[in-house]
Amino acid sequence: MNGSVFRTMATYLEFIQQNEERDGVRFSWNVWPSSRLEATRMVVPLACLLTPLKERPDLPPVQYEPVLCSRPTCKAILNPLCQVDYRAKLWACNFCFQRNQFPPAYTGISEVNQPAELMPQFSTIEYVLQRGAQSPLIFLYVVDTCLEEDDLQALKESLQMSLSLLPPDALVGLITFGRMVQVHELSCEGISKSYVFRGTKDLTAKQIQDMLGLTKPAVPMQQARPGPPQEHPFVSSRFLQPVHKIDMNLTDLLGELQRDPWPVTQGKRPLRSTGVALSIAVGLLEGTFPNTGARIMLFTGGPPTQGPGMVVGDELKVPIRSWHDIEKDNARFMKKATKHYEMLANRTATNGHCIDIYACALDQTGLLEMKCCANLTGGHMVMGDSFNTSLFKQTFQRIFSKDFNGDFRMAFGATLEVKTSRELKVAGAIGPCVSLNVKGPCVSENELGVGGTNQWKICGLDPTSTLGIYFEVVNQHNAPVPQGGRGAIQFVTQYQHSSTQRRIRVTTIARNWADAQSQLRHIEAAFDQEAAAVLMARLGVFRAESEEGPDVLRWLDRQLIRLCQKFGQYNKEDPTSFRLSDSFSLYPQFMFHLRRSPFLQVFNNSPDESSYYRHHFARQDLTQSLIMIQPILYSYSFHGPPEPVLLDSSSILADRILLMDTFFQIVIYLGETIAQWRKAGYQDMPEYENFKHLLQAPLDDAQEILQARFPMPRYINTEHGGSQARFLLSKVNPSQTHNNLYAWGQETGAPILTDDVSLQVFMDHLKKLAVSSAC
Amino acid sequence: MWAPGMMKPAGPLGAAAPGGMLPQGPSPPGPHQFGQSGAHAQGHPPQRFTGPPPVNSAAPVNSAAPSYAPYSPSAQSSYPSPASTSSVTQLGNQFNAMHINSYGSGMAAPVQGPPGPPSAPSFQGPSRPPQPSIMQPGSQVLPPPPTALNGPGASPLPPSTHRQDGLPGPQYQPPPLPGQTLGPGYSPQQAANYGLQMAGGQLAYPGGFPGGPAQMAGPPQLQKKLDPDSIPSPIQVIENDRATRGGQIYATNTRGQVPPLVTTDCVIQDQGNASPRYIRCTTYCFPCTSDMAKQAQIPLAAIIKPFATIPSNETPLYLVNHGENGPVRCNRCKAYMCPFMQFIEGGRRYQCGFCNCVNDVPPFYFQHLDHIGRRLDHYEKPELSLGSYEYVATLDYCRKNKPPNPPAFIFMIDVSYSNIKNGLVKLICEELKTVLEKLPKEEQEETSAIRVGFITYNKVLHFFNVKSNLAQPQMMVVTDVGEVFVPLLDGFLVNYQESQSVIHNLLDQIPEMFADSNENETVFAPVIQAGMEALKAADCAGKLFIFHSSLPTAEAPGKLRNRDDKKLINTDKEKILFQPQTNVYDSLAKDCVAHGCCVTLFLFPSQYVDVASLGLVPQLTGGTLYKYNNFQMHMDSQQFLNDLRNDIEKKIGFDAIMRVRTSTGFRATDFFGGIFMNNTTDVEMAAIDCDKAVTVEFKHDDKLGEDSGALIQCAVLYTTIGGQRRLRIHNLSLNCSSQLADLYKSCETDALINFFAKSAFKAVLHQPLKVIREILVNQTAHMLACYRKNCASPSAASQLILPDSMKVLPVYMNCLLKNCVLLSRPEISTDERAYQRQLVMTMGVADSQLFFYPQLLPIHTLDVKSTTLPAAIRCSESRLSEEGIFLLANGLNMFLWLGVSSPPELVQGIFNVPSFAHVNTDMTLLPEVGNPYSQTLRMIMSIIQQKRPYSMKLTIVKQREQPEMVFRQFLVEDKGLYGGSSYVDFLCCVHKEICQLLN
Repeated sequence: MNGSVFRTMATYLEFIQQNEERDGVRFSWNVWPSSRLEATRMVVPLACLLTPLKERPDLPPVQYEPVLCSRPTCKAILNPLCQVDYRAKLWACNFCFQRNQFPPAYTGISEVNQPAELMPQFSTIEYVLQRGAQSPLIFLYVVDTCLEEDDLQALKESLQMSLSLLPPDALVGLITFGRMVQVHELSCEGISKSYVFRGTKDLTAKQIQDMLGLTKPAVPMQQARPGPPQEHPFVSSRFLQPVHKIDMNLTDLLGELQRDPWPVTQGKRPLRSTGVALSIAVGLLEGTFPNTGARIMLFTGGPPTQGPGMVVGDELKVPIRSWHDIEKDNARFMKKATKHYEMLANRTATNGHCIDIYACALDQTGLLEMKCCANLTGGHMVMGDSFNTSLFKQTFQRIFSKDFNGDFRMAFGATLEVKTSRELKVAGAIGPCVSLNVKGPCVSENELGVGGTNQWKICGLDPTSTLGIYFEVVNQHNAPVPQGGRGAIQFVTQYQHSSTQRRIRVTTIARNWADAQSQLRHIEAAFDQEAAAVLMARLGVFRAESEEGPDVLRWLDRQLIRLCQKFGQYNKEDPTSFRLSDSFSLYPQFMFHLRRSPFLQVFNNSPDESSYYRHHFARQDLTQSLIMIQPILYSYSFHGPPEPVLLDSSSILADRILLMDTFFQIVIYLGETIAQWRKAGYQDMPEYENFKHLLQAPLDDAQEILQARFPMPRYINTEHGGSQARFLLSKVNPSQTHNNLYAWGQETGAPILTDDVSLQVFMDHLKKLAVSSAC
Repeated sequence: MWAPGMMKPAGPLGAAAPGGMLPQGPSPPGPHQFGQSGAHAQGHPPQRFTGPPPVNSAAPVNSAAPSYAPYSPSAQSSYPSPASTSSVTQLGNQFNAMHINSYGSGMAAPVQGPPGPPSAPSFQGPSRPPQPSIMQPGSQVLPPPPTALNGPGASPLPPSTHRQDGLPGPQYQPPPLPGQTLGPGYSPQQAANYGLQMAGGQLAYPGGFPGGPAQMAGPPQLQKKLDPDSIPSPIQVIENDRATRGGQIYATNTRGQVPPLVTTDCVIQDQGNASPRYIRCTTYCFPCTSDMAKQAQIPLAAIIKPFATIPSNETPLYLVNHGENGPVRCNRCKAYMCPFMQFIEGGRRYQCGFCNCVNDVPPFYFQHLDHIGRRLDHYEKPELSLGSYEYVATLDYCRKNKPPNPPAFIFMIDVSYSNIKNGLVKLICEELKTVLEKLPKEEQEETSAIRVGFITYNKVLHFFNVKSNLAQPQMMVVTDVGEVFVPLLDGFLVNYQESQSVIHNLLDQIPEMFADSNENETVFAPVIQAGMEALKAADCAGKLFIFHSSLPTAEAPGKLRNRDDKKLINTDKEKILFQPQTNVYDSLAKDCVAHGCCVTLFLFPSQYVDVASLGLVPQLTGGTLYKYNNFQMHMDSQQFLNDLRNDIEKKIGFDAIMRVRTSTGFRATDFFGGIFMNNTTDVEMAAIDCDKAVTVEFKHDDKLGEDSGALIQCAVLYTTIGGQRRLRIHNLSLNCSSQLADLYKSCETDALINFFAKSAFKAVLHQPLKVIREILVNQTAHMLACYRKNCASPSAASQLILPDSMKVLPVYMNCLLKNCVLLSRPEISTDERAYQRQLVMTMGVADSQLFFYPQLLPIHTLDVKSTTLPAAIRCSESRLSEEGIFLLANGLNMFLWLGVSSPPELVQGIFNVPSFAHVNTDMTLLPEVGNPYSQTLRMIMSIIQQKRPYSMKLTIVKQREQPEMVFRQFLVEDKGLYGGSSYVDFLCCVHKEICQLLN
């Protein structure tokens, strides 16, 4: 506890909160076990949730470039943790201890005249790079035309509306697809012109570029700064045009867009060439604007039914794959389709573009197969029932929302580099990123998530995009860290801002080391159980992508039990004696809900839904992630102001209104009595105005949540006995079920018809296992 | 029958083809010698034709007419030499064994038969002629005719030579006695058994006087040159037929009657046999046995033009509709009800005339018979009383048992740089606006049911959406030429009337849209593929109009390279030039036919474009190939536009299958034309229009009865332009005879030439041209020799005796042999040869007649008051005069030849310029001058142009100016500049062959 920061901190909770607000970082452990062995005994790995572009209205970017450590293998950026010799104009790198000269511009430096990056409050700082020409943002719409008439109409309107939201100099392009894929030329006057591709034929990038007439000399160096678009005005001009030039044209074009004209016979699905359309979109941008900020926005209303990437055949009698089919290895097209989309996703990531998927259909649309496109490129994934819903319309609109500076909340082509002090290594990352395969001295052999590198590419990100980053303590037990030593980590995020500037955000943090044997209490007290729950959940979900569900659950359970064994206070073989300290007390409950969450349970969810939930879970920040794991339940009654209540069936009472937020759904549930009152129309009677207010209160609160969230949650307004009440009933802890209702003999609450174990049973088992010496 | 052997090079024939035809033995055989000795022939030419003046040398020179007089008595008897009687069978055997006539079924025989084609020794056979010693030298020493069909290899004689080597006064030998050779019913006109008599003694021909060998010793003196006027004149034959039968009514009520010549105008009345406009035969009397057929070597063939245009004064085809019952057909052979069905048992049953099967009359069709066993409704039902009629087809006759959709026309325009530059694209687009108003329609309909679509292309394809509700057409570019597909369904094929404004908008924009294009490369196969796929997607048949101008060199299926190689000419590899470069087009054509996609190609080449490859699909899909070399807007647009208009408006049937059924004893074995065959009987045609003919060859498979005759029924199942499925039936009954004379007198030379041309042009793909020419010469000689041997009255062996019906066969045959397809000429490009080859393959008899023997009209003798055409003259330079103006037409080209001393008033009248020297030859249209000369000449030209499938390009030729060289190639009776013998020379050559055969 020697850290100077700590002394000023009242509690760890405040410390954690301050750190999150300033740096967008939450660590599972805020005091680090100082040896490898001890660290592994902590069960929950040393890891953090990093929100690289966390909105910082109070942090104006500096208009110069960062100063780098001169050691070629280090190149850490000058930060407040560096020791500075003002007289000699030297600074020591806190990662490799290299002593560096300040650059000439820093000659005036002194104790009283410090650059921002040396001030402690600038542990996170953003630099604006001055070099390189700016290239406009690119938005390439890829639009499914196999939609119902009103769906297509709604989509067309949304797209037309979006034109007015785009930055005026942004380039837009349009690809439509159905049985064929059409790339629309936007520059021509008179006859509207499009290039048509067969939806069944897989084309290489070269073929696509040849066929579109985009062939030009290969772009040198993948990592190179994008050349000015003026270099190839001809190729870019036909398919990608500045919005301000062609918005009228494009509005007309969208207006004239017809449903796919090819007849669909009875009992067939329309032939939908999503795979080829996406491939052409990727190829088009690859050929024209590599390494430039670009969004490919795929709008689809059904599963791909032909060509590469097809997910299901066009026979309606053959349903799209379910989890059951996948378990039985009966999903004919899944592997091949997944491979196709993975190939596209990887290419897109290499080009620094991102793919959004807006899938609106009542049935599945193949998100399972296509998920990698959004996951690997940092694109959005939106799932709805129809384009003609406010869910889609508002979500889509929100993509183009602006921040306090009037800039779009989107950034492109980011590279995240993590540097660690020598006691630590980087084990991996989980989030909307791909590995850049940079093997440095700080890369761990053991992988957690996407590992084997200390640099990742995040092609599209927004202020809430959050990565889980996992570390490994490598310091050997017999080489203790000197007293007062601190471990440091630097996160360097280079990205293209929506204003098209290149920027670098640098966050440097440090934490105290502690000897786990002598200072276990310190470590325990510095445990961030919320962050830990989310980080563990990310690991679990990451595993669930490749492993069988039950295995993941067993692994989670084992980790939980081990954690309890390590940090619980108990007498051996005496479950009743088991206690957890405050910093761990909520953790088992998170795990209980996580086990039941759609991220790990596929029962009752289609593969698409699972993919959708997991996609969002892997990119939201801590608060949202926690809501996803354990939904929030508010209760409204005449007895007092709205209050959060236990997510438990006992909270479902007849005279209450409940508001549940699961992140994906907002459920308003009227208790039995309330529902009857409403049915009787009391709310319309002047003498029962307070009832009217009671009914209104959760609606207003729900609206507030709806306004802030991306993607728009599904909004469910139901009551006791309503069919949609299942959304609530499936989430609450089944403390009362048909099995124990009478045994408990309580009169309140609602029984849940389930055989799932309740939290109480779960905890009982946990205690039993934790105190057991058998484990 | 060229095909079977030739298509398989490994087969006996293929192996034997070049060499097998040629003797291995010591004595060079006729054809061989014929071909090879041309080079040294010039040293000896006179010796052949030395001899005293002909007996009838006094015959009028200028007019052959008197010698045609049927009854002109003549003391001259043309008995064959003593050897001939025994050699008839010998000759026949020889044919069998040697297969000079490769049309025979026994093409493989050279391997098994006596080794060697006709050589004198082998002719001697068992019954040695009395003067073997004479014959021997005759065949050995006698050189071939001076200007043999040697091609350029044989150095031609100076032009005057042929006048000196005198066939000594040949003349037309009247028949000895009418009764002697004439069968009953032999009409006087036909009886003229004209022979070309040669004074035997002086000629060094076998059977000549002893002492021949002595003559061989040195060049004999030229005693008399052969008078061209004394040899059979095509003009005379045409004029005679016109005089006797022109303007009359020709009723088709008699079996086996020989119709008037194609050049004769008359009114045809269907009385139970198909009009000759639909079917013409090489002979209207078939030999009873195959032996006899082999002996005569006369091809048995019919040239069928099922959709021939019928003049307005003749009755159009009746349409028979049996409702759901569909046509009545024989249960066994499936022949359709026709006048040849014999009703029996009171009308309850009928016997099929083709297979003799007795069928029950379907109840709905029952009718009582009258006292002569004819149905009471005989004259009410077209199918009982007419040779040609149509049935409404039931759903059984439709694809997938669904009524067809109306066909579609797709216009596909090459918009590469050169076409834009020379204004062609603009011209086409402008023209389409008017021509689309004239889409063909069913007579009763107000508007055409045909839908139209548009594609432009260079190395990629642009489809256009011209849906009527669009404000602007939409363009869809398909760049995947490797695997073309149709990018849109709705809006591609539209009704012209409904989408008129969008289409006009499009046609206005196309030239501008590509105005800045500098794309030079084009594709071709993908274009056809695209059109075919579009029709397939729309589930209809149709026609593609492709306007193309360059060798398709862009990377795509069907990509071609320039492989034109003059070095191949006159080698065994010359045939490669006629074969398509890749098999892509062949399989494409197959697909097109399978989907009823007809391809019509307008080519505008400025250099080699490989017509042999590009033209394959149009040919096999029943389309037409039009070619405009070095297209120049001001010169050639009129010709092109006329062709385009004509082609769009043409009567046409789509998605057709033709089946030719015959009565027992013979059957159709080979088919030539714009057709595709997947099996041996079904002739599939993506489309067939009014100008396309299919030539069908027949072979015996049993004896034919004189009583029953030979019956032919040609049924064409097709889709009309309105989208109706119909059956068009043509029936024809022919005689059968066991007398060779009957056979010979029923022949039609025009049809024979049509057949020979098609079979030879088909063989061009597989055989060296030299072999083909030899075969043609040999067969000609055989046909005539057989006649001489079996039918002609005895005469001197030296006499050339031609059957009346084949009088002009030699001259026509010579024209065929001289055609640039069979005989290359340096000024004719490979493309042009491939083009002409293709055209001939689908020609009807009238077109092939004109094509091979052009019409040459003197204009200076024009009677401006008369509307009749002036009498044609023979195609020979000697018929022209410096003071004259002549018009020559062959169906593709028209020449107006101006003699240096053309009458100024005529020049003034036609060209509106003061003199010959002022005439500007740089025009393709005559100026419209308001005087009788101009008007009459232009009227004549339009009459000649009428009914011809191709718009003829007019060239003005001034005597003694360079372009005259081209013109002179069309003077087909003269010796060709680059090889190709004159008529006289050829006649002599044939005569020599005949004489050899006879001995």
